[in-house]
Amino acid sequence: MNVQTQTRSAGSTAVKINDFVIKIGNVNGTGSASANGLLMKSIFRMGVPVVGKNMFPSNIQGLPTWYEIRVSKDGWTARSGDVDLMVAMNLESYEQDLKAVSPGGALLYDSTWPRPKLHGREDITVIGVPLAKMTNSEFANARTRVLMKNMAYVGAVAALTGIDMAVIQSLVEDTFKAKPKLIEPNMNALMLGHDYITQNYEALPLRVEPMDETKDCILIEGNDAAALGCVYAGATFGAWYPITPSTSLMDGFKNHCQKLRVDPESGKNNYCIIQAEDELSAIGMVIGANWNGARSFTPTSGPGISLMSEFIGFAYYAEVPAVIFDIQRVGPSTGMPTRTQQGDILLAAYASHGDTKHIVLFPADPKECFELSVDAFDAAERYQTPVFVLSDLDIGMNEWMVPRFEWDDSRQPDRGKVLHADDLEKIEKFYRYFDHDGDGIPYRTIPGEHPKGAYFTRGSGHNKFGGYTEDSAAYQEVLDRILQKWKKAADHLPGPVIQKAAEPTRRAILTVGGCDAAVREAIARMALEGLHFNYLRVKAFPFHSGIEAFIAEHDTVFVVEQNRDGQLRQLLINETAAEKKQLVSILDYSGMPADTGLIARMITSHCQAEG
Amino acid sequence: MTSIKKPLVDKHLRKNRHGLTQRDYEGVASTLCAGCGHDSITAAFVRAFHELDLEPHRAAKVSGIGCSSKTTAYFLGQSSGINTVHGRMPSVATGAAAVNPDLHYIGVSGDGDSLSIGLGQFAHAIRRNLNMLYVIENNGVYGLTKGQFSASADIGTRAKYGEVNEQTPIDPVRLALTLGATFVARSFSGDKEQLVPLIKAGLMHRGFAVIDVVSPCVTFNDHAGSTKSYAHTYKYYHPVIHADFVPEEKEITADYADGEAITIPMHNGGDVILRKTDTSHDPRDRDAAFDLLKNLEGSEIPTGLIYIDESRPEMGEMNHLPDTPLNAINHSKLCPGSATLKQLMDGYA
Ligand SMILES: Cc1ncc(C[n+]2csc(CCOP(=O)(O)OP(=O)(O)O)c2C)c(N)n1
Ligand code: SF4
Ligand SMILES: [Mg+2]
Repeated sequence: MNVQTQTRSAGSTAVKINDFVIKIGNVNGTGSASANGLLMKSIFRMGVPVVGKNMFPSNIQGLPTWYEIRVSKDGWTARSGDVDLMVAMNLESYEQDLKAVSPGGALLYDSTWPRPKLHGREDITVIGVPLAKMTNSEFANARTRVLMKNMAYVGAVAALTGIDMAVIQSLVEDTFKAKPKLIEPNMNALMLGHDYITQNYEALPLRVEPMDETKDCILIEGNDAAALGCVYAGATFGAWYPITPSTSLMDGFKNHCQKLRVDPESGKNNYCIIQAEDELSAIGMVIGANWNGARSFTPTSGPGISLMSEFIGFAYYAEVPAVIFDIQRVGPSTGMPTRTQQGDILLAAYASHGDTKHIVLFPADPKECFELSVDAFDAAERYQTPVFVLSDLDIGMNEWMVPRFEWDDSRQPDRGKVLHADDLEKIEKFYRYFDHDGDGIPYRTIPGEHPKGAYFTRGSGHNKFGGYTEDSAAYQEVLDRILQKWKKAADHLPGPVIQKAAEPTRRAILTVGGCDAAVREAIARMALEGLHFNYLRVKAFPFHSGIEAFIAEHDTVFVVEQNRDGQLRQLLINETAAEKKQLVSILDYSGMPADTGLIARMITSHCQAEG
Repeated sequence: MTSIKKPLVDKHLRKNRHGLTQRDYEGVASTLCAGCGHDSITAAFVRAFHELDLEPHRAAKVSGIGCSSKTTAYFLGQSSGINTVHGRMPSVATGAAAVNPDLHYIGVSGDGDSLSIGLGQFAHAIRRNLNMLYVIENNGVYGLTKGQFSASADIGTRAKYGEVNEQTPIDPVRLALTLGATFVARSFSGDKEQLVPLIKAGLMHRGFAVIDVVSPCVTFNDHAGSTKSYAHTYKYYHPVIHADFVPEEKEITADYADGEAITIPMHNGGDVILRKTDTSHDPRDRDAAFDLLKNLEGSEIPTGLIYIDESRPEMGEMNHLPDTPLNAINHSKLCPGSATLKQLMDGYA
């Protein structure tokens, strides 16, 4: 045998069935994403709950990239904090990857080349497979060799963990339906890795065994889900400027529209996407389209929001609806563009100069991206204001396992208070900013529909009739009404998700967005240790009254979020009666998707210190 | 201020096809300085739109920020308008036009608004061939912030308090030509006979129609030594091509000597009749337009319709937009429904 002997660590014989983590370290630009996706999806197709997290560099070729697959029979979708099997394909990150393996875990490497620090650890199983050597002798073309090496390690992992090769084969057939010539070489590569393992090694004590837990679920990225939400909400116009990690949202919208929104008779598009020259322009276009009565949106990330700020204040004050997706990435400045964070909470809540407060919706996973994007269009038109959907790179660009989306055909869009031609016929005179119903929401019209509906929109001082003003009282009256309108939205936006602990407790954990999965799992883990927490997840800003009430019921509320400054905590202090000392920040701003183990450790140690 | 009452309407004013007089095309009273060039342009808009029989509520006014951009409140009081943020009007117009191409979009901007802070949006609206009339009320200064040089200030021009500009100017006409604008004109706020037909033709043009109108700022840039003053403009003003707009249903009646007039049918209806007042310039020839500007550089200010191309597709066509404006398509046609969603979900399993 031309391989290193399999070194199996002592004391690690307990077999983990459908409950472990595979991490793949690779070089970016080698096409590993599709191989990794295939591996993840094959587990899903075996009916086993699974999730894949891509941790990639801001680079086109050559830097380290990782993919983490969490297999979880209990359906947990966060990162667990462990690595049971590391596929260490990248020499550069090899040492780091070796260190990351949990005690008792395993590491697979390409034994074509010797690895100097190979035996750095006694407590793990090391498996060498001559991947490059095998694929180089099988395939001639240089690019093919690189791609097939990835398929070969998928085959090896399948053999090591018991993934059904028939399932993989059917996935390969699906993937290359359009290019059937590629099926055979890919299967050959998979079998090279697979057979090498069966001939030279025993399987690992990590098993994927068929379950029946995924048939009501799908694997989808949040950005694609949000794009689908835009289609279902009836959005017809989108403007954008490319920026990671939001780009795939517009790609998704385009893709869905090309299938669902091209008029079969005329061949014309019942949608319009404009790639703007920058984000200032993108939001301007969205405002123009919404002003004219079409549902429209822009996807962007933090740097784009910074640029859009002036226009966001304009839309707020002139009361023009707009839907803005902020797929957050690591800031400040350019930051780490391909890493995740929740660093724009305060920015979104108060974007632009002067007194401005916005509606912000916080999806926790792709299913909520779909649902809240539909809700966002309703809220934007109901309240005639910009609405943010604050997603992040982890939700937006990773494939999550979520229940299938549903649509209620009786659902009609809430277009808010719009006076159309027949309404205008009946009234004497239309005033754009007049609080006719006493709820803070004025009526608007669609330009061009009727002579009586014409009005002048401005970001300069205006009175309730829509006329220009520099009169203090007239100015304040409008500004105060806009605040009332915003406040009243609080209890009509999606309410918080609350989960009570099994035992009565004065401690709680509060979080937002993509931390949800990790926090819920951490709560379950800590309950096993005797630590109990009530739980609340915020879904919208302005805060629902239930949030203040929930905080009031606890002595300590841990606020878990992914930023340095505890932005959600700050917002709670600012906008609710919560006491500063009640709210304890639990922060992870590493740029990595939330990690259950880390969150549980931080909260546990705080509770122990408290006694 | 907006509350100033207008004098009583003269009952004997001519009514147009919609039974409207010129007064019906006015807006609130102007609050600009007496004698400001921008007010003359406002008056030209009023006349042009009345004569064009424009239905006021089918027009949408868009503008940025500046004395010039304020003027959209002073005409077409029965039209909707949106006074956006500084330099960003083109983007708002783009979104508005994308979802309802059936309205007439009238953009008013200043030289600061379009050539400094808004240069990018101006340029990109041209590239998209956005279907709108875009008027730059060009006074060489920032009026509203009290007289700083703008990017259109000529080399050697003197500011009110003596400072001399040494930076090269950005000429919106040449810039627009370079970027591929399909209707490029220059005029002067003091020449309504030239400006009114240009406004009409520009509005009826399919695509981006830019008119750079020299419009003196009496308060900050009308002194000796300024190249954007009334005196300087009158002296060097050089009408090259006169463009008359003749609506579809009217007959062309004026007498044009053979070879002197060119008729250009407009995509949106009507004709433009071009009359050469001086050189042999043919505004359908882009190279000739560059030559004309170059030949007169430094001596004269060539005005009139400098370039026109009715053949280029405008933004809506490039985006394959449907006949029904996007803002008027029924939700049932836009939302694919639950059965389709079920099928789509299978693709993610
Ligand atoms: C973001 C921003 N920066 C600066 C200003 C201040 N400002 C208002 S108008 C103006 C210049 C306007 O110049 P121009 O477009 O030439 O119009 P004019 O007043 O000369 O007609 C400036 C700088 C502003 N309103 N917004
Ligand atoms: S400052 Fe100049 S541009 Fe502004 S209104 Fe007065 S004259 Fe006109
Ligand atoms: Mg100016």
